[in-house]
Amino acid sequence: MNAVATDDNAAADVWTEQDTTPAAIDEALRELLRMRHAANQGLAPARVLNLVVVVDCDFKDETATRLRRVGRYHASRTILCAVQPARSALDARVVMSYEQPEDPAGFGLIHETVEIDVGPDHLERLQTIVDPVIVSDLPTMVWSPHGHEQTFEALSELTDVVLLDSDDEPEAPDAFRRARSQLHSSYVVDLAWLRTTPWRERLAASFDPPRRRAALQEINGLSIRHSAGACASALLLAGWLASRLDWDVSPLNLTDSDTFEGTAAADSRDVELRIEPVQQDAPGLGGVTISSDVGFSLSLDRGPGGLRAHTIRDGRERTWRVLGHSRGEAGILGEGVRQALLRDPTYGPALAAAARMH
Amino acid sequence: MATASVQPAVHEEDNPLVAGLERLPVRPTAITIFGGTGDLAHRKILPALYNLAHEGALPERFELIGIARSPHSDDEFREVARGSIERYSRTKPDPDVLDGLLSDIRYLSGSFDDADVYRRIAQTLQDFEEQDGQPLNHIFYLSTAPQFFPVIARALGEADLARTEGVDTRIVIEKPFGYDLDSARELNATVLDVFEEDQVYRIDHYLGKETVQNLLAFRFANALFEPVWNRNYIDNVQITAAEDIGIGGRASYYEHAGALRDLVQNHMLQLLALLTIEPPASFEANRLRDEKVKLLESIPQPKPREVGKIALRAQYSAGVSGGEQVPGYRQEEGVDPHSRTETYAALRLGISNWRWAGVPFYLRTGKRLSRKVTEIAVTLKPVPHLALRSEGSVGVTPNQLVLMVQPDEGVSISLGAKIPGPRLRIRPVNMEFHYGTSFMSQSPEAYERLILDAMRGDATLFTRNDEIEALWGIIDPVLTAWREDTRSPIRQYPAGSAGPAAASSLLLPGHDWRRL
Repeated sequence: MNAVATDDNAAADVWTEQDTTPAAIDEALRELLRMRHAANQGLAPARVLNLVVVVDCDFKDETATRLRRVGRYHASRTILCAVQPARSALDARVVMSYEQPEDPAGFGLIHETVEIDVGPDHLERLQTIVDPVIVSDLPTMVWSPHGHEQTFEALSELTDVVLLDSDDEPEAPDAFRRARSQLHSSYVVDLAWLRTTPWRERLAASFDPPRRRAALQEINGLSIRHSAGACASALLLAGWLASRLDWDVSPLNLTDSDTFEGTAAADSRDVELRIEPVQQDAPGLGGVTISSDVGFSLSLDRGPGGLRAHTIRDGRERTWRVLGHSRGEAGILGEGVRQALLRDPTYGPALAAAARMH
Repeated sequence: MATASVQPAVHEEDNPLVAGLERLPVRPTAITIFGGTGDLAHRKILPALYNLAHEGALPERFELIGIARSPHSDDEFREVARGSIERYSRTKPDPDVLDGLLSDIRYLSGSFDDADVYRRIAQTLQDFEEQDGQPLNHIFYLSTAPQFFPVIARALGEADLARTEGVDTRIVIEKPFGYDLDSARELNATVLDVFEEDQVYRIDHYLGKETVQNLLAFRFANALFEPVWNRNYIDNVQITAAEDIGIGGRASYYEHAGALRDLVQNHMLQLLALLTIEPPASFEANRLRDEKVKLLESIPQPKPREVGKIALRAQYSAGVSGGEQVPGYRQEEGVDPHSRTETYAALRLGISNWRWAGVPFYLRTGKRLSRKVTEIAVTLKPVPHLALRSEGSVGVTPNQLVLMVQPDEGVSISLGAKIPGPRLRIRPVNMEFHYGTSFMSQSPEAYERLILDAMRGDATLFTRNDEIEALWGIIDPVLTAWREDTRSPIRQYPAGSAGPAAASSLLLPGHDWRRL
């Protein structure tokens, strides 16, 4: 066991062992904690969440870097399982990182990262490897960004929350099927859903003044613009509006320009739906336009320092900026980890509506 | 431990798009800050507004007007605000967001009693509404010296700015709200002559702290403690707000305030109230405040002859703090060398109701004490019969539950435990919980939460008129007695110490102050 300085100026204790066992890893975690606590009683282990991540070994470093960049929303114990072809033994590295408290009478937090190199054959019995290493009584979130579907079945008894990104699947229907399947047994945090959060907040705010509330019942057009890789996010945003406003949706048509078009039935009117890819530097959604048959339309488009808002009401146009800092992909992943402790009852209905549209 | 959920669902019933959102919508708003170039605006209000903008929490249309006596152009005020935000914001400013926030900021200079200032405010608000194409809610934020609070409130009324049809108008008033009970009543009367109570948001920023709101979660989200939360099991309670720093550059304020007004009348009595109120039926603003008022009115106001027995004041003298030699209070710059202002205050209070009758509540606060700590220590009664022998050990001590407010937020419970070995010997051990180990979120600044609540119309964390008067009513007899006593020497305690030794005289037999 070694004490080292890490790249973010925090210190860390490190343990490594080749051809190891889960029991040895668990013992190392306990020993590192005991030693560090004996050296400094002002340090306490964070106890928020177990995050189990299963990745292809080629992406292990990249994933570890992504997880480091989530900032303050770091899980307290992260178990990163890297799948290596033809591997039969377990190699492990435990990193217990901590920052010394600024105030000598204060306390500092310890975060634990366990990296385990596993082989494909280990995946079916992954629970026997992970279970001894997680902190009991904490919620456990599982993320498998490179497929490895058997991970979820293997860890089903341990899993409280599944983290996924519906935008990662090449085809949105497959992504929605996977998410709906996971919803049966676990709570799902979908990064594609979290990409829609600022848009949902702003749309909710736009129709919040009582005098505008009635306009929700007059909507006859919804257009959503998205980057090439965020079709699922766009469909989830449309699904959210449909489920919140009781629109009856059916499959949309896919045009040659990869645009989805169709209609939803809302009370006594139809709502024209259009979901189209646009060129933009940033991943995620690019804009949304809501129009009505009473001469009102609202557009929100991604821009510097927030969203550019444009309205037409009674023939008069107005444009302004709705302020907000872009979270970036690292911020969205961090938000995904944080959401493991919350529950959003609107995702399931939005997902069901989105699935019906594709 | 469960998180507090003290905000009511403000619009959820009506707006189908609100369900599931963490951040509830805020209606379009214009905030007018009186004292826009002052220290509070500089350090707290403007950075809080920026952070709300950064997080995307400001309303879709948001306008800002700064008002102060010094002459500035809009551009000059914009640069002042930019400097404040860049220096004090808890997040690194995004230049695009910052530019957006400040792009249309306005500044009006003039005296707070000048009717023309208010005509210009009305005109500016009207210009904003025409430009934005919709009515804006109005918030008038009084961040001035307290003598201007009644002046501004009256002037807003005379300019017909207290009510505007079709929009919500609110007035936010900083502390101190009054100087004593009479002045608080007078200020309430002036403000309520112009505004309805539900338009008035009296700020005690302490209530905006997550740590203080967590008291509600601790009490009302955990069944574990409620059965013992009464006179049958609790022996005494100590509330401590100790600071290791002196008065800094605040001599002119502190000389008139003193420790009792500065911390006890507001923050510490709020902690006491949240610790001891009955469970409210809901966390709707008035339900919670009804319970607080009921509790505060159950604290007997000391009679003049009792003050010497239940209250004690002192001043720090020169000493060593943090290894440095520091001056005494009377030697601080701007302080009267014969000042009788207290920098330390301790009180023993009681609560005359069925739950708490007979339980002493000890409060102490001071500057230049040995360390910075705010905590509530609840000591339970000893077990009724002790079959265990205590020879050869520290023995069994009553359980103590400590709610740590700052610098670290958490809960500590002392328990009796057996010392390993062949004999049954007992010593107290601590079971500690730190909020920082269990939550990933960074707490927002209190001002961010409070400004957002004021814009949203949620007064839960603001102080109501009767609550303010109940708070002053408790300490007013002490203030009066201390003011009238011009002859007794003011006790001194060395800077860097735990306070005056005489503070023990307030304690009932068998009780000791907790070590800081």
